[in-house]
Amino acid sequence: MKCSFYSGLIQIVSGDLQTSKTSEVLKILQQVTDPEIPVLSLQDLGVIRQVDVDDDHVIVTISPTYSGCPAMDIMEQDIIDILEKQGKENGLPNKVKVKTQLSPAWTTEWITEKGKKELLKYGIMPPSKKGEIMCPQCKSKKIELLSQFGSTACKALYRCKDCLEPFDYFKCH
Amino acid sequence: MTAIYNYVLNLADNTLILGQRLSEWCGIGPFLEEDLALTNTALDIIGQAQMLLKLAVELKGEGTVDELAFIRDQHQFKNVILVEQSNGDYAQTMLRQYMMDVYHVHLYSVLSSSKQQQLAAIAEKSLKEVLYHKERSELWIKRMASGTDESQQRLQKALNFLWHYHHELFENSDEINELVQQGIAAKPDELHNKWEAEVKTLIASLPLEIPVTGWKATGGRAGHHSEYLGKILCEMQFLQRAYPNCEW
Repeated sequence: MKCSFYSGLIQIVSGDLQTSKTSEVLKILQQVTDPEIPVLSLQDLGVIRQVDVDDDHVIVTISPTYSGCPAMDIMEQDIIDILEKQGKENGLPNKVKVKTQLSPAWTTEWITEKGKKELLKYGIMPPSKKGEIMCPQCKSKKIELLSQFGSTACKALYRCKDCLEPFDYFKCH
Repeated sequence: MTAIYNYVLNLADNTLILGQRLSEWCGIGPFLEEDLALTNTALDIIGQAQMLLKLAVELKGEGTVDELAFIRDQHQFKNVILVEQSNGDYAQTMLRQYMMDVYHVHLYSVLSSSKQQQLAAIAEKSLKEVLYHKERSELWIKRMASGTDESQQRLQKALNFLWHYHHELFENSDEINELVQQGIAAKPDELHNKWEAEVKTLIASLPLEIPVTGWKATGGRAGHHSEYLGKILCEMQFLQRAYPNCEW
């Protein structure tokens, strides 16, 4: 029994009792957000790649965003904590493992449309493949790059030339 | 087994020591944005070191990542001498960074299809990061070379100093040849050619000159380091040495 995600789509591989357990895990995990961007769930960020449930374990496979991102350890612990806490009452095994998968490498293309909207609302310009970057505050396209890295490794720092506010841009990766 | 362990440990130590050196700029960067950018670069590189050290531990089947980073003494480190050189001024730091970024881009491009699957996965992941680092360090080289007289002179001075350290990145050995034959490692000669072609093209387009002498640094892979490594380890390993197994 497997449940995999590609490009934000959920593919249920088999449809038995185990599948409903997997959906239960996913439902619980919706509450876990990126510790640095609390409006973005790990599922919308695209780091949760697979969920397996067997008789004794819940195994969650995640792909790290950046190799040195310190938020990854916190995400891992948050996944374990919430599943240990809420899993039992939902009929899930209480042993939880988090596996890390490096390949295929995480890409910002795995951020869901919903995730991108949340980012913009929160004041972070979501990744744009066409490079159409605008100010999340006043939506002006007159912007300038201040630094190739912003407050975290995944972002770059820009400034709006109209409203003069600096803002973070979630880089394409 | 020993061959691949040594190979991975060399790559791991290059990133670990480079990341540690870059971290020294944290809080004292030339301006705030640059401080943030360089320490974020350091973070990526230390992340790569963690993945590579983890692979080294798995290959050996004993020890831990922390033991490799914090308990080994300098003669057991296999990094090239280039990465342990002092940060110097910003020209020296960014030139060393550019030299390592170009190396890592070509290295990881080849290793992404290594027959050692874990190594290939680490390379695939890291390649995306180092491409961005290179974009940044290359911009700095262009900016400093064609900036003021002083920035050009400082960069030329850095080039005169660091150039002789790059050869060590491409040293060959029976062990590495064996790994190349097995489709695991990148061919040092080919990497060297790609590196030189790219770096020399950039330098030729700028008011900079490559220094000419026959001197080449060597020995890091065999554990013969410059005086700097001991000092780096004093700082990096202090906590684990003073308070063994300390966690926080």
